[in-house]
Amino acid sequence: MSYTQLAICAVIAAVILDLFIIKNRLTTRKVFWTSYAIIIFFQLITNWWLTSREIVMYSEEKIIGWRIASAPAEDLLFGFAMVLSVLNLWVYWGKKGVQRR
Amino acid sequence: MLAFTVVGSFWLEIVLKVGVLRRFKRVLLSVLPVATIFIIWDAYAISQDHWHFDPEQILGVFGPFGIPVEEYFFFLIVPIAAIMTIEAVRTVKKKWIVGDEA
Repeated sequence: MSYTQLAICAVIAAVILDLFIIKNRLTTRKVFWTSYAIIIFFQLITNWWLTSREIVMYSEEKIIGWRIASAPAEDLLFGFAMVLSVLNLWVYWGKKGVQRR
Repeated sequence: MLAFTVVGSFWLEIVLKVGVLRRFKRVLLSVLPVATIFIIWDAYAISQDHWHFDPEQILGVFGPFGIPVEEYFFFLIVPIAAIMTIEAVRTVKKKWIVGDEA
């Protein structure tokens, strides 16, 4: 699969996890979107750093070719899926009473 | 980039007292399962040449699956920074529901 296909699948999987499996429904909450807005701001800076300096390089035939802050658009999907999944587990364990405070 | 992420987020521990690092067990339970999946993705992506790294700009130390050691740190530090961010937002916005309230 291409990076594009994998990244789209990862976002779909993370949203299904959020809404239907763990059911924290973070994607319906202000606290998540506010946090994500902060995170994506910093992601764009680090993405730009890593790609404009060519620390990380991407094969043009494996990505769709849309670039945001010099990095492939797929990176934002990758990041969204990772952040949403981790925060879902974090809230899940909190709900279970694991180190709630 | 990793240092930037640490500096950019870990101050929340001190200033807003988010107490994420103190909750080490919960951090590991949240980060490790996701990191495992994304490391498998990383290994596949590197093997298929979706992306590659400039050998001159990495430490040159490789972990399992031939993945640069920086990538392993990435999959630990970035998720911890994300957890600190949501805990910081809830610290400031006390009325917003996260879902794990007692």
